[in-house]
Amino acid sequence: MFAYPGGALLEITQALTRTKKIRAILPRHEQGGGFMAQGYARATGKPGVCMATSGPGATNLVTPIADAYMDSIPLIAITGQVFQQLIGKNAFQETDFFGVTLPIVKHSFLVLNYEELPLLIFKAFKIATSGRPGPVVIDIPKDVQQAVFVPKFPASLDEVEVPGLPEPPRASDDDLRKVLADLSKAKKPVLYYGGGVISSGATAALREFAKLTGIPVASTLMGLGAFPPDSPQSLYWFGMHGTVAGNWAVCQSDLLIAAGARFDDRITGAVDKFSPDAKVVHIDIDRSEHHKNKRADLPIESDIRYALERLCELIKKEGFKKPDIKEWMGRIAAWKKEHPFPFTYDRDKTPHILPQLAIEMLYEETKGEAIIATGVGQHQMWAPQFYHFKEPRTFVSSLGAGTMGFGLPAAIGAKVAQPKRHRWRRLLPDEHPGAGLHGD
Amino acid sequence: MKKHTLSALVENKFGVLARVAGMLSGRGFNIETLNVGPTHDPKLSRITATVVADEAALDRCIRALDKLVNVIDVQNFTEVDHVARELVVVKVNSTAKTRSEIIEIAGLFRAKIIDVGHKSLIIEFTGNDRKVCAFLKIIQPYGITELARTGQVALQRGV
Repeated sequence: MFAYPGGALLEITQALTRTKKIRAILPRHEQGGGFMAQGYARATGKPGVCMATSGPGATNLVTPIADAYMDSIPLIAITGQVFQQLIGKNAFQETDFFGVTLPIVKHSFLVLNYEELPLLIFKAFKIATSGRPGPVVIDIPKDVQQAVFVPKFPASLDEVEVPGLPEPPRASDDDLRKVLADLSKAKKPVLYYGGGVISSGATAALREFAKLTGIPVASTLMGLGAFPPDSPQSLYWFGMHGTVAGNWAVCQSDLLIAAGARFDDRITGAVDKFSPDAKVVHIDIDRSEHHKNKRADLPIESDIRYALERLCELIKKEGFKKPDIKEWMGRIAAWKKEHPFPFTYDRDKTPHILPQLAIEMLYEETKGEAIIATGVGQHQMWAPQFYHFKEPRTFVSSLGAGTMGFGLPAAIGAKVAQPKRHRWRRLLPDEHPGAGLHGD
Repeated sequence: MKKHTLSALVENKFGVLARVAGMLSGRGFNIETLNVGPTHDPKLSRITATVVADEAALDRCIRALDKLVNVIDVQNFTEVDHVARELVVVKVNSTAKTRSEIIEIAGLFRAKIIDVGHKSLIIEFTGNDRKVCAFLKIIQPYGITELARTGQVALQRGV
């Protein structure tokens, strides 16, 4: 837990000194604590927990919460609140944090009844981690913190029921058979996957599906690492700063299978010119992503891991005619050769250490096995261009929200999550001299 | 842009209306009418809202509403066969001369007079959107001084 203490948080902070179950790490600023929790969550998939006091302490968590919301990161933000009898009276360090965070949370709780607190904590973890992950705020008034009672904890998360939280949806076999039928006929198919593959733990399923079908695979920045970049099928990543081959292949595709991705504007550019001739299959756990940015011809509501695993099973059980894509793969190979990645620069002739060189050498030194956390800006794009991510959860970056100052605290959180990982580095941000210390 | 009627079944808890209204306001939709009340199950409330909005944008909004943990179900009734009613109470200027005229009009619309003063009447009236408009148009020349509406409440028709 990354916890910054304060007046409306004294009881919980003191309790932390008396427990060995929870390791409390003190950040220099609440925002840093929020990003450390995110770094922890992004590097492991487990929920990251941050804590801040009421009022200004809480508002300093707004950016990490909004950031977690954009990238679907399971973040638990616990905030202190003034005594209930002072709420609404402009009490010292009072901010309606429940109200402030309404549009940037998956869910939030203002705890009014202390006996509910144990259940609400469980609910918060369940909501943050189930389905499409996201941030959950628990705002705890001081009198609730001071209450002395024997808590009743649920035995496990499975026991906790949240009525508005449905079981993760699963694709029907009929829909998946349609995908396979379309894929067999396709001349220029591309699999476009995003962060959903990583958050649902579908890396192995993705790799198997790619192997069984032989189709080219393009990632988003959120998906980096789930598919090996050195595979002949890999288009690595596409979008505004991605590979030429990736962008051209997606643009010219006749069948685009999107899995756990949301057609972000940094991926599509002008949406009407994005894959204009492709039949679009969109598999996503979140129904609200279907048709949001790009009209899908076949929207499939499903947990990505289930869908990809089931596709592999159906292929193996019912047979599958691989598409005839020899020519398509040839064209892609030619693009990759003509426009190689990373973009070239004169490594030997420059008298200076270019950022690209620094990143590339870091890649060589760490054999591409480090977790890299970045800030936002040019260096963030150079990172995956020159550091080819081979495994999921190794590229830790603020992608949807684009929060500068994210890198250093996120790297600390990742280090806490994986202390034995043999190397970790943070790239020096180019954003501005104060980056990494405060909100930008 | 068309007027749409949204109907959401939600948990009867604090903050739920703020979440639902915030989802609309965050997208710049003006809520024309809004009604909230508990259902036959006291744990649940129904929110009925009418909104003038671009259909595609509203569709995105409804899908986002459906994701809220406190929202059990949400529907756009526009394409659904439904019945909708609204209760209006309106205070109208009246004199000894016009009182009987107004009462006669109220009778034609099956409205009720619920308060009589020397200078005004309060009329209670129920109907769908069109009937409410028609009635208010007729009554307007007498001088409406105050008006309160419940906003539409709606249910899908039975099969």
